[in-house]
Amino acid sequence: MNKNVERLYNGIIKENPTFVLMLGMCPTLAVTTSAINGLGMGLSTTVVLTLSNIIISALRNIIPDRVRMPAFIVVVASFVTIVQFLVQGFVPSLYSALGIYIPLIVVNCIILGRAESYASKNPVLPSLFDGLGMGLGFTMSLTVIGLVRELLGAGQMFGAQVLPIADASTGTIGYTPITIFILAPGAFFVLAILVAVMNVVRKNAEDKGKPLAAPSGCLAGDCSSCAAASHCSGHSVDKKGEAE
Amino acid sequence: MKELLIILISSSIVNNVILSQFLGLCPFFGVSKKVETAAGMGGAVVFVITIASFVTGLLYNFILVPTGFEYLQTIVFILVIAALVQFVEMFLKKNVPSLYQALGVYLPLITTNCAVLGVALKNVSNGYNILQGVINGFATAVGFTIAIVIMAGIREKIEYNDIPTPFKGSAIVLVTAGLMAIAFFGFSGVI
Repeated sequence: MNKNVERLYNGIIKENPTFVLMLGMCPTLAVTTSAINGLGMGLSTTVVLTLSNIIISALRNIIPDRVRMPAFIVVVASFVTIVQFLVQGFVPSLYSALGIYIPLIVVNCIILGRAESYASKNPVLPSLFDGLGMGLGFTMSLTVIGLVRELLGAGQMFGAQVLPIADASTGTIGYTPITIFILAPGAFFVLAILVAVMNVVRKNAEDKGKPLAAPSGCLAGDCSSCAAASHCSGHSVDKKGEAE
Repeated sequence: MKELLIILISSSIVNNVILSQFLGLCPFFGVSKKVETAAGMGGAVVFVITIASFVTGLLYNFILVPTGFEYLQTIVFILVIAALVQFVEMFLKKNVPSLYQALGVYLPLITTNCAVLGVALKNVSNGYNILQGVINGFATAVGFTIAIVIMAGIREKIEYNDIPTPFKGSAIVLVTAGLMAIAFFGFSGVI
């Protein structure tokens, strides 16, 4: 059981996919216009990640190494389709807010990354907790980023007005929302500040002799480090072609 | 005709794939250090996305819809796109070596799968026919090229600037992307 708790801690804190590993930036930027959207996207991803980790781990000795990437993708895409219909059926408001970003969970680096680096090498139970930990870490990060953007951009938290809005016509004193934070440019600015803060935290941790896990996403300027890149570029198919 | 023109402008500039849809960020950050390579990447993306929109459009309208398997679109599209990129690379290598020379190095970098799959899904959710879908794919990819080339031009200049240490690397690129996104808001009145 200790190992399972360690996987949860690893995913949520030590190797937090957004803050530490800098993975899955597409959805991070796109859906964090409000805390609720971030939470919904995070939970959808968590469900897909956990279930696909379980299945891939269970099938790890059956899937031939050469075709593992296409096989992983079929598993992940199946769960994404199921989650998509569940969200559409039970939370239609969230479905219309997230739009095509739900099916795009398929190409989220985190999911194929965990399948490749953890679930395909470890037993079912630790893989379950690994997926759960990573998913909850992702959910937490998206919710926090969504909270910041929603608060600055609309003065709201989870849709409730926490900062009274200033109104010049009635002379009410209050907060003037910086609308740009819930628009596209705000996503880039918030992430830029986050990356800069993490650079400082990383530097401090290194000085103390406890370095954080290295970032491995696109923002580290290296697409090939992402496990999904080998699929995206079709390398797995390519290797298969060469071998035959 | 007018409708196609609207799709062309809205997908390439007004709803820019990177600056307002956040798709294809990986190559946008990874391959935008030099204008030349950025333009090459852009060319490869235009090529792949246009073909992919055509193929996924055909598949959806002539196989998935008649058989009632629309719900399999995500699975089918992602597998077809992965195979397609591979196929295009092999085809170019063998039959059009000059084009392969120009685009070949970038094709394996089409981690834009995000954008390729995104366009295919958008075509379906917007109810585009095959011609509209291809135009939408082409326009989206042109938008990608515009954004990545501008970004590369700016990054070449940023090299010489004095940037605060924590912002060195990807943070300053994100700030630049944010400013570009503000600039692109100016186009929202066009349509």
